Amino acid sequence: MEPIDVVEPVRRLDYEAKVTGRASYLADLRVPGMCHGKILRSPYPHARIRKLDASKALSVPGVVAVLTRDDIVQDQGIDPYYGPVFKDQTIVAVEKVRHVGDPVAAVAALTPPAAEAALDRIEVEYEELPAVTHVSEAIRQGARLVHESVRIPEHGFADLAELKPVEGTNICTHFKLVKGDIERGFAESDHIFEDTFTLPTTQHCALEPHACIASVERDRRITVWSTTQNPFVVRTQLANIFKVPVSKVRIIVPYLGGGYGGKVYPKIEPLTVALARKARRPVKIALSREEVFYTITKHAAVIKMKTGVKKDGTLVARQCEVLLDTGAYAEIGPRVAKKSGYTAAGPYKIPNVKIDSLSVYTNKPPAGAFRGFGVSQSAWAHESQMDIIAAALKMDPLEIRLKNSYEEGSEFVTGETLTSIGLKDCVEKVASAIGWKEKGEHRPDGPLRRGKGIACLIKATITPSISSAVVKLNEDGSVTIYAGTVEMGQGSETVMAQIVAREMGIPLKDIEVLGVDTDVVPYDLTTSSSRSTFHVGRAVQFAAQDLMQQLKRVVAQEYAVPEDQIRFSGGKVQLPEAVIDYREIMFKHFGMQGGTLVGQGQVKTKVVDDRGVKTTSSFWFLGAGAAEVEVDIETGKLKLLKYVTAVDVGNAINPLGCRQQLEGAAITGMGQALFEEVVFDNGQLVNPNFVDYVLPSLGDMPVSIEPILIEIPHLEGPFGAKGIGETALIPVAPAIANAIFDAVGVRIKELPIKAEKIYLALEQAKKKL
Amino acid sequence: MKKGIRFRVNGVDTALEVESHLTLLQVVRERLSLTGAKFGCGIQVCGTCTLLLNGKPVSACSVLAVDADGSDVLTVEGLAKDGQLHPLQEAFMEVGALQCGYCTPGFLLTAKALLDENPHPSEEEIRSYLAGNFCRCGCYQEIVRAIQKVAGE
Ligand code: FES
Ligand code: FES
Repeated sequence: MEPIDVVEPVRRLDYEAKVTGRASYLADLRVPGMCHGKILRSPYPHARIRKLDASKALSVPGVVAVLTRDDIVQDQGIDPYYGPVFKDQTIVAVEKVRHVGDPVAAVAALTPPAAEAALDRIEVEYEELPAVTHVSEAIRQGARLVHESVRIPEHGFADLAELKPVEGTNICTHFKLVKGDIERGFAESDHIFEDTFTLPTTQHCALEPHACIASVERDRRITVWSTTQNPFVVRTQLANIFKVPVSKVRIIVPYLGGGYGGKVYPKIEPLTVALARKARRPVKIALSREEVFYTITKHAAVIKMKTGVKKDGTLVARQCEVLLDTGAYAEIGPRVAKKSGYTAAGPYKIPNVKIDSLSVYTNKPPAGAFRGFGVSQSAWAHESQMDIIAAALKMDPLEIRLKNSYEEGSEFVTGETLTSIGLKDCVEKVASAIGWKEKGEHRPDGPLRRGKGIACLIKATITPSISSAVVKLNEDGSVTIYAGTVEMGQGSETVMAQIVAREMGIPLKDIEVLGVDTDVVPYDLTTSSSRSTFHVGRAVQFAAQDLMQQLKRVVAQEYAVPEDQIRFSGGKVQLPEAVIDYREIMFKHFGMQGGTLVGQGQVKTKVVDDRGVKTTSSFWFLGAGAAEVEVDIETGKLKLLKYVTAVDVGNAINPLGCRQQLEGAAITGMGQALFEEVVFDNGQLVNPNFVDYVLPSLGDMPVSIEPILIEIPHLEGPFGAKGIGETALIPVAPAIANAIFDAVGVRIKELPIKAEKIYLALEQAKKKL
Repeated sequence: MKKGIRFRVNGVDTALEVESHLTLLQVVRERLSLTGAKFGCGIQVCGTCTLLLNGKPVSACSVLAVDADGSDVLTVEGLAKDGQLHPLQEAFMEVGALQCGYCTPGFLLTAKALLDENPHPSEEEIRSYLAGNFCRCGCYQEIVRAIQKVAGE
């Protein structure tokens, strides 16, 4: 395979529209006849709805329609229950509300203020119920149930088919994985370590809040403009809810103002469509910042880790129990728990492993996908514990990792063989960039102590999955790409164009990448799981190759040259007596300026490959991070001096884009490590706004973040490329916690690592002396 | 209650009747179709709605439109002059100071205000001047670099 040569830095295709303010995001769109929707939300974490009377809302001037549970349960054209894994969600609450902010009713009005005013006139009588707001409490015997029963869809996702809710409990799913014999492993160990680690609920905080416009025609054709990362999944869900074929549902997605996992699977689309259907005119709903916090969060977690090691640091056995707080609805929590489980023991060769990874219902807003997808939770535990073990054995944290870590050809927990594994390179590179050898050389300067920490990871991508692409050659030799990847900032548009440019030998300026419209672009499962470059990029590459094959046949036929003598290079063909380009071939073939050639490509990954070997992931994410911190032992104040992140990118198609993704993921990781936390008080959200929920800004950035790209080409990626969007976020928190331990000798096991926690831990340590 | 206002928006004299409770962000986006400024938080924290009012950055989500009466407003759409992009726009693209682009109009305008006030800011000055704009995609290093590039030219 040829490595892609990136001679000139590429200017992203979406940039000019974005710097001039011309790029359209959902909130910027208007549709003729459109009115505005607002949602009435539950003030209680758990309550039964005794009575609901919306009649007064209808008399508010400007109100067009009010949607309540009566509309969705009495309408034969609606299945009120939906959800990507289990059908445990309803468009508006039917019997119970299950979290603060759960939608209860909705109003469509001519103006947003009129809709707001009407919400105040809806009368709801609640019977408050005791709420379960913590996973540990939720899994207790006899705990109050969030769902008395859960509907299972007939055709769910293939990779989740074996996972079901445990009846009579709040356990949404329980994923189990066993390798070797855990008890024998512990018996053979010289030392055993047991620790519990926790992470709080956090939120994606894409600066663009979720928004949706829906229009329902008389023939029940549904058109939806939405801020979604996976339009095809939303299309399927809407088709099921509104009982129409998928061909009657059209989803259009403009540029997203950030996604990070917060915009996958249905969010406000079902409600907006139901309201538009009732209003008989298009409805737009744009969420407030507060409502975004009620819509989706990242799983809080409690992780117990028990590890047995030999004296020399060899890992012998590891038992992990991962409890993920999935909130009131399953959403995609079952898959988060499964993915978290697969790699909960870390990127290490361990002969005996036992993993239990549970998604658990609580009366909190639903938790779903978040950049890192369950692995940023489990890595917090395994990477913190690696340093606990190293300290106890008086080993170097770098050495214990290199000794145990996966490498090319290692056997994964599932028994399959790992390939394209650039893990050790990542670990070694971050260590040298942070100055690991000089660790401990910095002399304490008064109360300020410096330390360095390291962490690494492995993660899987969603498997199996499907992507298709179409590449169209126009009569003038220009090319249009049809693919389902949503441009949400990751630079996919440009990467797809680069792949075609490279494959067909034409300049980027002659290539157009179409926006996402499910009526136009072929199927793609989802823009998430860091999968687009690898899967859609590959489908685009196949489509371009298919097109080139057709061109070759056309040239052979039109110019009477044997096919095997036709060579394309730089967008041209050398014939015995002439050099011709695509435009001339098209003209000759069609006999006029007109005509189209269409190439198509498909990628369908499987859970068992062609040789019958199980594959958990079509490629693996490998990466490492290293932090240098300074801690003030008098106050606990932490300063992040430097952060280095290395990711195995396969092959960088757009190196600047890769570095942006690594840095961006690392910065979000810093926020999550140091201060981000959705605070709850009895199920009420205390801080659903940007004043109290703090995001990283230029004010608290370390002096430098250094991204390092490790390039170990993957045989199946386009030009060897792999996906990279999530990797760099995952090791940040443990790398920082490990650096703090190195600096001041205290171990923080609960995120976020606020100064008070370090201070209290330091005080505690003093007392012990 | 409606009130008549006159202001200059991107160099164009503009007269409007507006409801007195409307924010500058709402009026610019909905009445003038200048949608470059974005809604992010609504409470003057995130900076996605930043506009320049008489050359100074303001959070348009928290300024009443009627209070902009008589002033000079610059939105991101007015940054380019005669088909020529502003050097900051060029630098943002070249250095890669954006990904999703939702924060970009706010950063560009804040950066312009900084450079108008202080043409050669130190890195520290850039960081503190822009500390009120969030970029969740995390392009902070590149944003600083882009501004330094323009300041150094
Ligand atoms: S929307 Fe105005 S500062 Fe956030
Ligand atoms: S580029 Fe996405 S928020 Fe800044």
